Amino acid sequence: MLKVKILVGLLALAGAVPIALVVVSKQTAAQAQEQKSVAPASTISKGEYLARAGDCIACHTAPEGKLFAGGRAMPTPFGTLYTSNITPDPETGIGRWTAEEFYGMMHTGRSRDGGLIYPAMPFASYTKVTREDSDAIYAYLKSVEPVKQLNRPHDLSFPYNNRSLILGWRTLFFSEGEYQPDPSKSAEWNRGAYLVEGLGHCGMCHTPINALGGNSQSDAFKGGLIPMQNWYAPSLTSNKEAGLGDWTIEDISDLLRTGVSKRGAVYGPMAEVTYNSLQYLSDEDTRAMAVYLKGIAQDAAPDVAQPSVPPSEGSLLMSLGKTVYDQRCDSCHGAQGEGAPPHYPPLAGNQSIQMQSAVNAIRMVLNGGYPPGTAGNPMPYGMPPFAGVLSDNEVAAVVTYIRTSWGNRGAAISASEANQLRSAQLN
Amino acid sequence: MSKQIPIAVAVWSLLTLIPAPSQANPPNSAPDTMEARVQACTICHGDEGKGTNDVYFPRLAGKPAGYLYNQLLAFRTGRRHYPPMNYLLEFLPEPYLKAMAEYFAEQHPPLPAIAPPEVSQGVLAHGQGLVTHGDAARSIPACASCHGASLTGMEPAIPGLLGLRPAYVSAQLGAWRYGTRTAKAPDCMQVVAGHLTEDDVKAVAAWLSSLPAPANASPAPKGTYTLPFDCGSQPN
Ligand code: HEC
Ligand code: HEC
Ligand code: HEC
Ligand code: HEC
Ligand code: HEC
Repeated sequence: MLKVKILVGLLALAGAVPIALVVVSKQTAAQAQEQKSVAPASTISKGEYLARAGDCIACHTAPEGKLFAGGRAMPTPFGTLYTSNITPDPETGIGRWTAEEFYGMMHTGRSRDGGLIYPAMPFASYTKVTREDSDAIYAYLKSVEPVKQLNRPHDLSFPYNNRSLILGWRTLFFSEGEYQPDPSKSAEWNRGAYLVEGLGHCGMCHTPINALGGNSQSDAFKGGLIPMQNWYAPSLTSNKEAGLGDWTIEDISDLLRTGVSKRGAVYGPMAEVTYNSLQYLSDEDTRAMAVYLKGIAQDAAPDVAQPSVPPSEGSLLMSLGKTVYDQRCDSCHGAQGEGAPPHYPPLAGNQSIQMQSAVNAIRMVLNGGYPPGTAGNPMPYGMPPFAGVLSDNEVAAVVTYIRTSWGNRGAAISASEANQLRSAQLN
Repeated sequence: MSKQIPIAVAVWSLLTLIPAPSQANPPNSAPDTMEARVQACTICHGDEGKGTNDVYFPRLAGKPAGYLYNQLLAFRTGRRHYPPMNYLLEFLPEPYLKAMAEYFAEQHPPLPAIAPPEVSQGVLAHGQGLVTHGDAARSIPACASCHGASLTGMEPAIPGLLGLRPAYVSAQLGAWRYGTRTAKAPDCMQVVAGHLTEDDVKAVAAWLSSLPAPANASPAPKGTYTLPFDCGSQPN
């Protein structure tokens, strides 16, 4: 045993980390398990960083649960999935897995025994991860404390409890393969693309969700309503939605890493992404992501959103909306919607409240929120929830007001749209 | 606004290395104070955490900081359940929750005027008996044995029981009985609440809320008295 350890150590010193791990993976499962600490510290810390970029922790750690022991419930329209124990415990975790098998799962979405994995585990994105990076994540996971905790069976309704249905989803939405750099683009752009399309699994939310809960390549990053959560993840490719095309690189990377920026703040499911993942990334990596995101935002002028109420009703809403705004909102967001960036986001010219979907703006007014507390913004300012103090009509009015004032090109919304979101699940 | 705020802010500024608030804030910058940062809370808990008309929204002002911090942690992880608050706290780090707890602990707005009790003298007397003496035959310890003879609590984590409205006290004791509120193990309040009947709860809630504000509403210093049995949140 000792010999193997030394051999691995030497290879790693020589920079041949992948080879070292291949050596490990050729051992029998039992041997592999005994040498759980063979990977050099630098590989483990690189793996920890990459696991952050992949946000494994958010899904694989339950509230108040042990790190990576799984068991976190993921509600879907078809039932509830429970995430797996990915600690190195040999019986209940991935202690017996080899680096090869781990890469196989990340890359193909098939488990160690060849079984199909539900796409709620974002393997459709992780397939882009390189073997070297996958090996580093594997080495890191092998180094965390093993936890003996059996996986909780999924609670899916018929016919979704039949894993062979995943085949259909795969045919439509999964294309296997590591990220291929685009030689016509800069190294920075390619690094950003690798992170956004791969480990970042941004497309899992920022892509229209179809009936199967999947998302399609051709619609990549086109935005969509996240099922069960009732938040709208705006398109990252269109200036009509997130509208990153006219943001500076600095504002985009501030938003991703600190949760606030001069142009807007993150909230809802995006706050979780910044809190658990993006705040830990380096300046270079968030900047690379920003360069890529700005690059894919097409420079189309925003469309004018279609109102869901007749014009006469719209003007009544506007006058009530102004009254509510002056009383409840202008102390933070300013009389002209200018905000007090980065802490109180501007509403004038804020593309994210002008989209056809008004879901996010309505939910902000009902539920309020704090951007995540991050190293770059440890004590964020919050927005109060107004669900208890404003009627449906007042919510619709103030949202109509902010969507259409100060040159904003959003459209009026109705009280029933506001009412429907009162019952949205909070967490 | 009380004088405590600037002092408190200066302390936090030192702790977090955030520049102290300056008089010359540029236009449209968020004031660098805790007061501004907790506006998302005071819509329900009232300015300085003094409470509002909503009988279920508790006063926070002056409660021991350790107690408030434990509650914020419990809401963040879902151990204590109230979705609007669980949601707001989800992505706030511990040092910040501590700063919020300290802010509310240091506020001392006057206690609200007491509403005339809606129950009979007999019920009030039953409540008084339980709070001050307990009922040994039914294994109910005196509430005062933990919450203090003057019922103003003890540092760091035993809350006072004054200034709470009957609906809130009943709801909390009920939440312990039904397991929707739990504290760190051993959860002594769960044991206490488990011995109370509906009538007991109604009586203690009514009597507590009928008490006038004491001259000194501050919690007793840590270790002033020994608890009758262990509480996970306040080790003896
Ligand atoms: C969006 C939530 C989510 C994220 C993020 C996520 N996982 Fe998973 N993961 C799941 C779910 C759900 C399952 C269970 C899938 C199943 O049973 O088919 C799973 C299963 C697994 C398994 C076990 C597969 C098997 O064959 O039993 C491993 C290993 C794993 N994930 C590793 C990771 C790693 C490493 C990361 C980060 C790079 C990660 N996961 C990020 C949701 C997630
Ligand atoms: C769990 C779902 C989810 C994932 C994963 C996710 N996002 Fe988001 N994102 C959202 C939602 C919902 C919003 C809208 C709320 C907001 O603006 O914060 C959003 C907003 C954004 C915005 C702001 C748009 C604007 O105009 O303000 C950017 C930029 C963004 N996401 C980038 C990313 C990137 C890059 C990734 C991958 C690293 C990612 N997102 C992963 C759900 C997600
Ligand atoms: C106490 C200050 C405060 C008040 C009052 C306030 N907000 Fe906010 N608002 C904020 C903060 C802070 C955020 C960022 C919250 C987050 O990221 O979770 C925000 C975010 C928003 C957003 C999302 C912006 C974006 O980038 O997508 C909208 C929309 C909004 N507020 C509308 C309103 C309306 C309408 C009112 C009045 C009914 C209001 N706010 C009152 C502080 C405030
Ligand atoms: C929508 C209204 C609402 C908002 C906003 C709100 N709270 Fe609460 N808070 C409540 C209610 C209701 C309870 C009692 C919940 C229960 O029944 O357990 C509570 C309980 C508490 C408690 C426990 C009090 C005790 O004596 O046990 C603390 C501490 C607290 N809130 C702090 C905060 C802080 C800090 C914020 C802002 C970050 C905040 N709250 C925002 C309504 C609110
Ligand atoms: C053994 C010590 C002990 C005894 C006896 C005790 N308590 Fe408590 N009580 C506590 C502790 C500790 C807490 C704080 C729990 C936490 O951190 O959530 C508490 C909290 C409470 C709260 C919540 C306060 C708030 O602001 O939400 C109420 C109400 C309460 N107790 C009422 C009572 C009543 C009524 C009695 C008598 C019938 C009683 N307690 C007896 C230790 C005790």
